[in-house]
Order: sequence, then C-alpha cells, then structure tokens
Amino acid sequence: MNAVTIITIALSILIVSVFALFFINTNDLINHWKKGIRIMVYLKTNTLEAKIPDIKKKFEEMYGVSEAVYISKEEALEQLKRQLKSQISLLEDLKENPLPDAFEVRMIPSSQSWEKVETLSEKIKSLSYVDDVEYGKKWLGRFTNIVNLFRLTGYGVGGLFFIAAVFIVANTIRLVLYSRREEIEIMRLIGAADSFIKIPFYIQGLIQGTLGGIIGLGILFITFIIIASNVEQGFLPGSFQIRFLPPAVFFSIVISSMLVGWLGCYLSLKQFLRI
Amino acid sequence: MIDEKEKNAIIRLFHVYRHYGSKNALIDITLDVFKNEFLFISGPSGAGKTTLLKLLYLGEPVSDGQILIDGMNLSRISRNRIPYLRRSFGIVFQDYKLIKTKTVYENVAIVLEASGVKRRMVQKKVNHVLRTVGMETRHSAFPPSLSGGEQQRVAIARAIVGDPKIILADEPTGSLDSESASFIFNLLKGVHTRGATVIIATHDKELIKKTGGRVVYLNSGRLEASPYV
Repeated sequence: MNAVTIITIALSILIVSVFALFFINTNDLINHWKKGIRIMVYLKTNTLEAKIPDIKKKFEEMYGVSEAVYISKEEALEQLKRQLKSQISLLEDLKENPLPDAFEVRMIPSSQSWEKVETLSEKIKSLSYVDDVEYGKKWLGRFTNIVNLFRLTGYGVGGLFFIAAVFIVANTIRLVLYSRREEIEIMRLIGAADSFIKIPFYIQGLIQGTLGGIIGLGILFITFIIIASNVEQGFLPGSFQIRFLPPAVFFSIVISSMLVGWLGCYLSLKQFLRI
Repeated sequence: MIDEKEKNAIIRLFHVYRHYGSKNALIDITLDVFKNEFLFISGPSGAGKTTLLKLLYLGEPVSDGQILIDGMNLSRISRNRIPYLRRSFGIVFQDYKLIKTKTVYENVAIVLEASGVKRRMVQKKVNHVLRTVGMETRHSAFPPSLSGGEQQRVAIARAIVGDPKIILADEPTGSLDSESASFIFNLLKGVHTRGATVIIATHDKELIKKTGGRVVYLNSGRLEASPYV
C-alpha cells in the first residue's frame, strides 16, 4: 500500500469536494432567495375595474407564474400607511390617492422560470394596460450567472484533478510493478494468467482509492463542522442553513475515488503486461 | 493416416530457426520428442540448449519453422492460451527463478493457485511434494536463505507439483556438488517413472553416460550426431 498514492487521492478528492460543497450550498442559497422573487405590475390609471379578473387570468396563464394577486390603489395606500406609521402625517394632506392599481405576480421558484423573469417582465410591460413593472433582486440574476461560471470552472478543475490523480496512481503502481517485474515474469513463466497477476493490483488500487476518498471527505467534514458552527449565525439569511454533501453526492465521490484507483491500475497494468 | 511415430510424439519441431539480429542461435532444428521419453539436449556452452527450451514454452518466439506441443501449433496459439500451454510444462530454470519475497511453500503453491486449485488441495499437494524433495522442514524459509542445492530442490518441487506432462530442466545439476546432483537427478528419474516426458539440457557428460537416455547434440545452433553414443 502506497501512502503517497493515498494522500494524492485524498487531496484531489478534498479539492473537488470543496467545489461540490460550495456549489450545493450556493445553489440552495440562490433557490432560497428565488422563493422571494415577485414582479410588481403597475396598471395604467385608466384601467377599468371590470377588466381586473381578465387581467389576473392573463397573468396567471403566463409561463413561470404561480399566482397574480391584485392590489387596488386603496389597499396599496393602506399598506403604505401601515408601513410609514410614525410618518403617517405625510400622507394626511393628500387630495387624491397617487398610487396606481397593481398586481403582485409571484413566480414558480425553479431556476428555469427564474431565468425567464426578465423576458416575462418585458412581455408584461408591453401589454396596453400596464404602466410599469418592477422586480427586485436583479443582482440575483447576475449572481446566478457568476455561480454558473464557477460551476463550469469547477467541472473543469474536477476533471483535471481526476486525470491528475489517475496518472499519479498509474505512476506509483508502475513503480511497484517495476520493482516486482522479476516476480511477475516468473509467475507468467510458470503459467499464471494475466488476470491472476492483475487481481491483487486492482484490489490494491481500489483500497487505495477508497481510503483516499474517505480521508479526503473526512478532512472536508471536519473543516465543514468547524466553519459551519462559526459562519451560520451571523452571515447567512435567517432560515437558511448550510449543509454537508448529501449522501448521494458523498457516495458518488467515494465511488469516483475508487474509480481513480482502479483506472490508475488499469493504465499501468495494460502498459506493463503488454510487454 | 497418422503413423506410429507421429502418434507418440508429444513435441515436434520442424525446421526451426532462431536468430537474434544477424546471429543464428538455432539453425534448421527438426526433432521429435516422444511421450514418456527421457531426453538429454547436450552440447557446449552457447550451443543453443537454453534457447531451444525457451522456444518450447514460448519464452521466446521462433524466427522460422514450426513447433507442435501435444498437437498444438505454437505459431497459431493466441496470447490468452499461452498460460495454459505453460501449465503443461514443469520448468526447472538454470537460475532457479524462485520468487525471493515468497516462502518455499508459497513458491511451490503459486503454480496450483494460478491454475485455480482449491486451497485445501493446494496445501495437500504442496506438503506432499516438499516431503518428496526433502524440503518439508524448510517450508517457511525464503529463497535467499537457502543453499544452491536446496533452491534447486524447491525449483523441482515447483516444476512437478502440478503433475505436468513434460518436465524441462535447464542444467539442473550444473552448479551442485555430486551428492546434491545425484539427489536432483533421482528426483527427475522418479518423475519420469511416473509417466512424464523429461527433457534435460546439460553439458554434464558424466550424468548423460550414467543415465543412458536418448541424447541430441547441439553445436553452434545445429543438431549433430551425439558424440556420447
């Protein structure tokens, strides 16, 4: 068993897992934020009240919309008064209600509909009875794009580390094979099939891969526990909680790590036993 | 129709050549070895004895000509059948070729393990063969701690443990004192008595004269009339 191989796999797995952990939690955070996305649609002042049910229906039929809630200008003024409280005197001298009738259009909180929020706003704005639309957190779109860019980088970095780990394992196995070449040659001369020679190396590769994966993920888990207990309280939005890798991802990483060990063996054995 | 000679031949060589670059190691070798024969391949050092044995177990390929082992044409054998061919031989190498990191027991057992023999049977056969060669008390020793004669006994134990049809022994008594040589030779005679074909490559004239088996003589890669007959 080669300690250098195990450490190499452990470090590669650690780096790839850090990316995975970051993306899973960032994705959770974005989804958490997306749940609060609404488009405020302000109607033109001459819009007839009789048309409101038709307008509501039209909004609700649009792709990505979960519901459209009508807020009359009277309701809006009441809400404003409730929010202003101490400054309510500012509104007392108003001769007429300056606020327009509006709709609060709520979105389905999936990324697919979220990415269409801008298109949807444009579409709503183009309607004849709509005066203006407003949707907060435009920055969220930009943030999502940046995260997606990081995600792609993550895949690239993950792939590179996978390949690097495979080659390092392949080289260490090759060194082992080289140091045992006489023994292997003797085994072949006395009638041992290649499979008989290969199996112990494959088992060794799989064990190294598994140990490397578990050590890498173990280090990540300990680091996560330390960071999570310090970060969670102040830095993140109230109801949001960062989480460790879900079991499916965890086991996928361990299996990938075993694959690294196996593939490294496969490459070096293929080359070595061809001679 | 198959003639009697062909029927009894377990090894057949037809115009076999082996050359390394411009150097000819074996030239136009045609030879039949018969079932349960005790054959000596003799000749001076560098005559091509070891090369000839290597061609039989595909340790090296022939440059030209054909070799049949028990009816199997070696030039047509697929790569994955080579281990099966080699299992039909018990080979005693000139330099013993024992695995230094394995014990005496493990060195012998590996032949059976590689053939997929069950562990209990492996144990039984290996212990029996180690008793036969007088190495049962040294089954846990590693090859570097053994004398030349002891290493040769282990090499013979490994060669005979799988009950092969053919034993190939390359200078089996070459570096041994007369007592050890005599013991090794008697072991090989015993294997022959039990039905195996034994081919010994040697330049030990005394051994050949004492035995009286068939002798083929190699000189500079060619088969010649034996000077011992």
